[in-house]
Amino acid sequence: MVQYAAARLDASFAALADATRRGVLEQLGRAEASITDLADRFHMTLTGMKKHVGVLERAGLVVTEKVGRVRTCRLGRLGLEEEAAWIDRHRQLWDTRFDALDMLVAELKAKERDDGL
Amino acid sequence: MGYSESDAAPNAGGTRVERQSDRELVVTRTFDAPPRIVFAAWTTPDLFMRWWAPKSSGVPMLSCEMDVRTGGGYRVEFGHDPASAMAFYGKYLEVVPDTRLVWTNEEGPEGAVTTVTFEDKGGKTLLVLRELYPTKEALDESFVGMEGGMPEQFEQLDELLSTLEADAAGG
Repeated sequence: MVQYAAARLDASFAALADATRRGVLEQLGRAEASITDLADRFHMTLTGMKKHVGVLERAGLVVTEKVGRVRTCRLGRLGLEEEAAWIDRHRQLWDTRFDALDMLVAELKAKERDDGL
Repeated sequence: MGYSESDAAPNAGGTRVERQSDRELVVTRTFDAPPRIVFAAWTTPDLFMRWWAPKSSGVPMLSCEMDVRTGGGYRVEFGHDPASAMAFYGKYLEVVPDTRLVWTNEEGPEGAVTTVTFEDKGGKTLLVLRELYPTKEALDESFVGMEGGMPEQFEQLDELLSTLEADAAGG
């Protein structure tokens, strides 16, 4: 399990080490795109872009689907899971804090009522 | 990347967290007390120290100084002893009693500007906290500096809550 995770991280980092591939991820974060679209946008040959997309796909960062003659690319689940994990860490921090604040506020409110203010 | 509503699903505690843009994180929660009480808990050092760093964080808040007025400063220190304390500080850009607080985080160049609004909802308070970072990268990595202070031992939360509960029952 740990080894699998480590291998996946290695693949992710290798995939992210290239500026074009990071650009492709950013682009796919806005909208899905065909390999032809991506090749045009990054001024590359179709073959070159296919290689980049292949690296991203193996790292789980991008998934592709061929419909007719067009291969469409979009962000993979791994990217989405990482984002969900990021949000979740923030949520845990604030939820923990705000649970404590909630208790304190209840105490202050009760005290105020008892003091007849 | 899509910051969809499903990422911000409210949980049992009712805290909503949403990344509203590359640079902005928004946290929302409703408290069952009027704004002046909730505001006091944010602006009175003794009270602030009781909730901002829950015991589950593993790193206690050592001190808290606040000069709560527009242009006033604050300084909060965390750690197990003063010699190795980690300080967070900045100044208040805007203070509207019971309504609105805006402060800077100046311990690093990538600090956020935090805006908290307290809205009266029939005796309850709708609290909205916005952290606006100078860059997308700063928000992406907003946890890195706090890593030491955020171990995953949330079981300690129960201890904190029961302590506060006992205090509340005794007060």
